[in-house]
Amino acid sequence: MAGSSSQETIMTHSVIHPQVLIIKPPPAFTYFESNFTQKFDILKAWESPLPLDQFLTTHAQSVQAILCRALTPVNADLLQLLPALKIVVSVSTGANHVDKAECRRRGIAVTNARNAYSEDVADIAVGLFIDVHRKISAADSYVRRGLWSSKGDYPLGSKIGGKRVGIVGLGSIGYNVAKRLEAFGCKISYNSRSERPSLSYPFHSDVCELAANTDALIICCALTDQTRHMINKEVLSALGREGVKVNVGRGAVIDEKELVKCLVNREIRGAGLDVFENDPHVPKELVEMDNVVLSPHKAVFTLESFKRGSEVAIANLEAFFSNKPLVTPVMDE
Amino acid sequence: MDSIGVLIPIPMSAYLEQELEKRFNLFKLWTIPHKTQFIKDHATSIRAVIGNAFSGADAELIETLPKLEIVASFSVGLDRVDLKKCKEKGIRVTNTPDVLTDDVADLAIGLALAVMRRLCECDRYVRSGQWKKGDYKLTTKFTGKTVGIIGMGRIGKAVAKRAEAFSCPIVYFSRTEKPDLKFKYYPSVVELASNCDVLVVACPLTEETRHIINREVIDALGPKGVLINIGRGPHVDEPELVSALLEGRLGGAGLDVYQNEPEVPEQLFGLENVVLLPHVGSGTVETRNAMADLVIGNLEAHFLNKPLLTPVV
Repeated sequence: MAGSSSQETIMTHSVIHPQVLIIKPPPAFTYFESNFTQKFDILKAWESPLPLDQFLTTHAQSVQAILCRALTPVNADLLQLLPALKIVVSVSTGANHVDKAECRRRGIAVTNARNAYSEDVADIAVGLFIDVHRKISAADSYVRRGLWSSKGDYPLGSKIGGKRVGIVGLGSIGYNVAKRLEAFGCKISYNSRSERPSLSYPFHSDVCELAANTDALIICCALTDQTRHMINKEVLSALGREGVKVNVGRGAVIDEKELVKCLVNREIRGAGLDVFENDPHVPKELVEMDNVVLSPHKAVFTLESFKRGSEVAIANLEAFFSNKPLVTPVMDE
Repeated sequence: MDSIGVLIPIPMSAYLEQELEKRFNLFKLWTIPHKTQFIKDHATSIRAVIGNAFSGADAELIETLPKLEIVASFSVGLDRVDLKKCKEKGIRVTNTPDVLTDDVADLAIGLALAVMRRLCECDRYVRSGQWKKGDYKLTTKFTGKTVGIIGMGRIGKAVAKRAEAFSCPIVYFSRTEKPDLKFKYYPSVVELASNCDVLVVACPLTEETRHIINREVIDALGPKGVLINIGRGPHVDEPELVSALLEGRLGGAGLDVYQNEPEVPEQLFGLENVVLLPHVGSGTVETRNAMADLVIGNLEAHFLNKPLLTPVV
């Protein structure tokens, strides 16, 4: 029971565990709670009947560390209530829910999960890519509705081999996607903040140019001020009628209204989306289409990923509390 | 050549039919009301039959067509063609290898990802509005899982190449061990199934491989194992597969083929750990056109007395 007994809880431990605040538990915590509670005293805000700001004012004034998830924004309002905070440990790779400028101002360090989830996210990107081209989800639905017997064969899909794939953001996730799709005979090119000269894939400094020279775009980049709505009407136009878009980054990298319009007007062929501008709200036009594959932001939802995510978070917390260099600090943009 | 009678039993590809009609006297059997009588009436002008995964040339048909010279199958699998009979009678047989290898291998991996990461279920989860109420649960990681392949021919090798890119260790069973492959060989399917996480059927359907996936193999694959069938329905003892899935003795299945297409066991429709596809292994516009071109190419070569492009007999 957190709340008023937390002070007493600390005193009864034979070893004094450092305190870590959690407002709402990330899945990586829920599945590996004992790994955390072995080393830290968790201040569980969500278990308290008090409204959040009251809880924090009463119990979190000396808290130095917070473990957060993508859905709980760490913004100026929250930081205001945590005067002793020195580190924000995010279990996600994307740290766009953390006001990094505000943290910098207050001398608060921020860490993320870095590469913990890259393989699982790449697997979902490739899975969605294959699904859109070969209509796997749509055809599975067709069979389950008994239509194969009554209506006949399902319409043909599109061959993946030989397709030119443009990766937007060639970080760890993007690289894992590229490696996989190469084995399917896809030709890889990319756009990224900076070129990676050690890789042989052709680099395009302009994402529109990338779109014009590819058959599919796979979004694997972080959401920043530069990448917000980077995939806009111009880029979608350049991708063209046969183009396919897959997004495993953040919904807001794509101008969702434009994407929906393009799909409705058949200006691009299809899309596979794990993220949306306003998770979990999905534009209703997409729900009615059979050339899109929809996924509920679960690219990292495997036990292995959460285990890795929890390990990275714990490693960062341990480093912080023992004054050692942080393992995966978020770099300034 | 337009006096040469070519029999096509069922619709396969509008493009194929179109190209056949340009060159031959094409008999589209499905448009004819009294099929048996028709075949008898035209038996002496039919010199070629087009086969596919559902319909080929069995002993009965071969006996009915005395002028039959060539069976050109719109598929790579020839389980519907009585190869022995064709050989006896000097009837040539061709298929469509290579052009469909990539598509089928792509689908095998697509099925494995769809089953293990629950892509189809999650798509339904979003469409039904359930995501607004809560996250979907955990799914199973695919990268790094051991992939066992039955049959290391063109398709098996292509599946291995793709799975390796996901850091999957590859193990296999084949009629004979292939020393040039660096993958671990198991001398029986049961041993293979006991030592892999994802089992892919990629061998031809023959007398020997019928029901190669039986109860023993399914139990060896186990409650965490996933079966991917991109071969032929009869490779699998279907009732055993269904009961294993319903009872949780098998972890999951991705199926593109069934015992009696287009019938699919309805008991599977409610399961979240299966993905059911309507035999679309080679089902892309590009590949079906390439297959059709190969069928046409083989027929033209035969009737012009040139070497066949992809003969099997």
